[in-house]
Amino acid sequence: MSKKKDTFINMVVSLLAITIVAGFSLGFVNELTVGPIQKGKIERKINALKLVLPEFDNNPVENVKLIKSDLAKDSVEIYSAEMGSTNVGTAVIGSSEKGFSGLIKIMVGFKPDGSIQNIEVLDQKETPGLGTKMKDDKFIEQFRGKNPSTFNLKPKKDQGEVDALTGATITTRAFGEAAQMAYDIYMKESSTTQSKNE
Amino acid sequence: MAETINQKQNFLKGIVKENPVFVMLLGMCPTLGVTSSAFNGLGMGVATLFVLLMSNIVVSLVKSQIPSKVRIPAFIIIIASFVTIVEMVLEAFIPFLYEQLGIFIPLIVVNCLILGRAEAFASKNNILASIIDALGMGLGFVIALTVLGAAREILGSGSIFELKFVAEDANTFILFILPPGAFIALAYLTVLFNKISTKTT
Repeated sequence: MSKKKDTFINMVVSLLAITIVAGFSLGFVNELTVGPIQKGKIERKINALKLVLPEFDNNPVENVKLIKSDLAKDSVEIYSAEMGSTNVGTAVIGSSEKGFSGLIKIMVGFKPDGSIQNIEVLDQKETPGLGTKMKDDKFIEQFRGKNPSTFNLKPKKDQGEVDALTGATITTRAFGEAAQMAYDIYMKESSTTQSKNE
Repeated sequence: MAETINQKQNFLKGIVKENPVFVMLLGMCPTLGVTSSAFNGLGMGVATLFVLLMSNIVVSLVKSQIPSKVRIPAFIIIIASFVTIVEMVLEAFIPFLYEQLGIFIPLIVVNCLILGRAEAFASKNNILASIIDALGMGLGFVIALTVLGAAREILGSGSIFELKFVAEDANTFILFILPPGAFIALAYLTVLFNKISTKTT
């Protein structure tokens, strides 16, 4: 087998052949994996919802509400959980761009009275070992059962009521901001649905 | 010429004499970026090993059909296709690892180790020698990344493969799981590796 000459036609043909083969094989693999990827994403969302909300028997992922808000760039996702068709809780995805390394995304579950049921971190790029401790139970515990209307979500350094993570005040601040955003949207949303019902 | 190469030596050179990380210092971006834990290093190493193996096989198969003026773009297309396949498969079936490795998977495309082996070895040798070369080099990369990850994890988080051996709130050298720690750990491991390998040869 001798090497092909560097003629124009040879170069075009060989590159064309390679790109066509590559394109088709990528399409084939995409076809195989697109299903599991979608399923995995929904599963992760349901798992997060189960963690932040009280027990529910509907499928909150199916009737997700997307609302536009000035507080976030993308529209905010709101999931409402029902047990025997009465609302038992609402989960709102709050985010903040002010994390130590950018975006922090958390899912906050609210009970119908507006207090926090639980918080789950969805997306973060914080420093391992420092900022990532916001995922720990010890940190999130202090938010459970608190109502943001009476509980200041800012760290103690900023006259709030949250014990900051050691060495990660910026992360704590962003976390509080994201939680506050989720609460603001939750209050706005629940007041508009109530006025519609009346 | 390919027949005269001792295959065993061909395999071993990737692990010791021409170790891609500790001797040739290739592919530094993923090496320094993902090795904050032993498991991440292992995952990245195995993903790279797979891409390296597949690209070496394909390059050595099609080498006579590619005019030499367009060989680099052709190699890059082959490598990029395999990287994209790895990315999609990981996201679909091992989402945990996919989340950890994140941006570093697409970056395998520009890992000079892979293009380097395609250009320097697979495009000149037959398929068997190319497979052995890829396995040796890939394994050398896996070992290096795992050792580096383990060293950083032990010092930085006080654990190995997520198994903690210090108290939950003990103070560890957090520096070692931050980027500067990667450089420090890599430098000392390189010294150690070269000291041992020059002594034995």
